[in-house]
Amino acid sequence: MAKAKTKPARFHREGMEVSIAVSHAVQLARAEAIAAYPITPQTHIVEHLSSLVADGQLEAEFINVESEHSAMSACIGMSAAGARTYTATSSQGLALMFEILFIAGAMRFPIVMTVANRALSGPLSIWNDHSDIMAARDIGWLQVFVKNGQEAFDHTVMAFKIAETPSVLLPMIVNLDGFILSHVVEALEMPDQELVDQFLPPYSPRHVLNPKAPVTMGAFAMPEIYTEVKMKHQVTLTNAAGRIQEVWDEWGQLTGRQYYPVERHLTEGAEILLLTMGTLTEVAEIAVEEMREAGLPVGLISLRQWRPFPFAALRAAVGDAKLLIVCDRALSPGGAAPPVLAEVRSAFYTQAQRPDIIGYIIGLGGRDVPPEAFKDIVAKAREEVTTGPTQEFHLYGVRG
Amino acid sequence: MADVTKLIHKYLRHEKKFPHVWCPGCGNGIVLGALIRAIDRTGFSKDDIVLVSGIGCSGRMSVYVDFNTLHTTHGRALTFATGVKLANPRLQVIVVMGDGDATAIGGNHFIHAARRNLNLTAVIINNSTYGMTGGQYSPTTPYGARSATSMYGNVEHAFSIAELAVTAGAAWVGRGAVYHATLLDQLMEAAILKRGFAVVEVISHCHTLYGRKNLLGGAAEMMRAQKEAAVRVEKAATMTPEELASKFTIGILADRDLPIYTQEYRKIREAARTALAGED
Ligand SMILES: Cc1ncc(C[n+]2csc(CCOP(=O)(O)OP(=O)(O)O)c2C)c(N)n1
Ligand code: SF4
Repeated sequence: MAKAKTKPARFHREGMEVSIAVSHAVQLARAEAIAAYPITPQTHIVEHLSSLVADGQLEAEFINVESEHSAMSACIGMSAAGARTYTATSSQGLALMFEILFIAGAMRFPIVMTVANRALSGPLSIWNDHSDIMAARDIGWLQVFVKNGQEAFDHTVMAFKIAETPSVLLPMIVNLDGFILSHVVEALEMPDQELVDQFLPPYSPRHVLNPKAPVTMGAFAMPEIYTEVKMKHQVTLTNAAGRIQEVWDEWGQLTGRQYYPVERHLTEGAEILLLTMGTLTEVAEIAVEEMREAGLPVGLISLRQWRPFPFAALRAAVGDAKLLIVCDRALSPGGAAPPVLAEVRSAFYTQAQRPDIIGYIIGLGGRDVPPEAFKDIVAKAREEVTTGPTQEFHLYGVRG
Repeated sequence: MADVTKLIHKYLRHEKKFPHVWCPGCGNGIVLGALIRAIDRTGFSKDDIVLVSGIGCSGRMSVYVDFNTLHTTHGRALTFATGVKLANPRLQVIVVMGDGDATAIGGNHFIHAARRNLNLTAVIINNSTYGMTGGQYSPTTPYGARSATSMYGNVEHAFSIAELAVTAGAAWVGRGAVYHATLLDQLMEAAILKRGFAVVEVISHCHTLYGRKNLLGGAAEMMRAQKEAAVRVEKAATMTPEELASKFTIGILADRDLPIYTQEYRKIREAARTALAGED
């Protein structure tokens, strides 16, 4: 990919809460219809959008419906009627949408949703982890994670373009860590409306509810056809990876910020790799830099694209590293491994040359993860390589 | 005054769970006081009572009291309570919800609980907004009112919770306000003692969010407004719709003896058993 040589002066820098930045991304993307129900820590995004709509700064319909189940249902209706549709939720709200999430995926509505990741009850917790989105792993949506406010902004704008591509037509989730990211103030660079308009043309839906040209949506599938529909969904979702990269490249040309499904930090010559997602990545970067200075051959890879799972990019990023430490922020009680570890392990199962793969679950329900935690995990994992595996995976820092 | 405080303390988990999260002046504290005084007068022991709550500022109530408590999810308090009551009908089940809990996300459960008529007591604190999440408009936010999601005025129309309960078939329905503390005590007691689904709607205030956005003053001003807008049910019967336009009624809106779900079910089972025995 060619890097942007000169950056046009069509941006401005501003400090703001990341939630507000996301709502500005939705505004610049000219979303036309928004339905949501409030839940901490998603509230600021939707509140700000409601004001932008009321102020006349965003030409859109806004409705604060009576639950998340209703919100996702209304979004499907909005998208079926041809509107560029947006919503945001978190935790219990995502769980309550569950039934409808699959419908949006299977009916191929390019809805864009922000999930401000928060632990699922119980016990009741309003703080961050990834248990909400990991429970919704198989809903048939495109899914990415972001690590800072700039990425949250960028990926929100790009999600509309990716989702609405005629060969894709799939809903997309941008995951951002609740509070840790949603509620911090960051300086970020925002493009002007003209630039976003050039990047993202108006949505022209292929199939819409239209009295002049009626269509049937949401029809019944007999056993003869159900499997084929599922296959089509699977193939389309997997193939969307190409389009995702294309859109990211185009954004990279415009802004100088280039994104990849798996990103690397100090991986050159690294024998040990940490793998993180979301905001943990920035914390792990600090730890990795310090470990490198201390002479340890440690690097970091982060998984930006979660669906479709980037098998090839992951294998390429891991290269010939000897030890891969996968950090999950969710548990799969009674399962083979936490969600990310399970997928990473299966990505390497077929490979002749593969690293030792050790999994740590960290940062559940808002438990703080300082850089020291990563150093400690690396030390423990190195020891485990010499002594042999003690467990399928580890829950880090359990007290008592 | 000292006795009142002592009485309330008897029922609080005051060593563990305080300070509470409510804003100074919030109506939730008055509702909690009324509930405790009413329970004390009914003579039930602490262990006879199950306090079930949803999620919201109001939902925190179950955390502070020394009864059997069940803190559930947003909107589902009544369904958890339905399960408790069916599994152990001896328990006296009281459900505390916010207007969002009871009429937005849990609105479906509310009308069905009223129709089904289990022996439950539902206390709904109506503060016209979603307090816990920052004051967005709820199904009881008045038309035109400002909220975090309607900065220029709400375009939807509000539910009247008590009237909704009457129409949905609740056996007993009362409405009070936190200003009218004595009446509230009486309504709570009557609702707990009523056999059948009993609803107490409590008009309360969220001065921190709703009050501030709508320039309604602090807690004291908002309570004074309750005093001015409240009309006794008996008096309202003599007033015209125009006179009642900006008012709300307080008192008992419905009190009827309706068949209770658990009793009806027992009857069916007995009838079926007799019929089957006759076939032998
Ligand atoms: C499924 C789900 N959606 C949203 C929320 C976020 N939430 C918590 S409390 C609340 C509203 C509270 O309003 P209300 O029920 O009126 O109670 P109040 O806080 O005003 O007492 C919301 C939307 C949640 N906890 N669960
Ligand atoms: S936010 Fe409103 S409802 Fe919640 S405790 Fe404060 S005053 Fe009461």
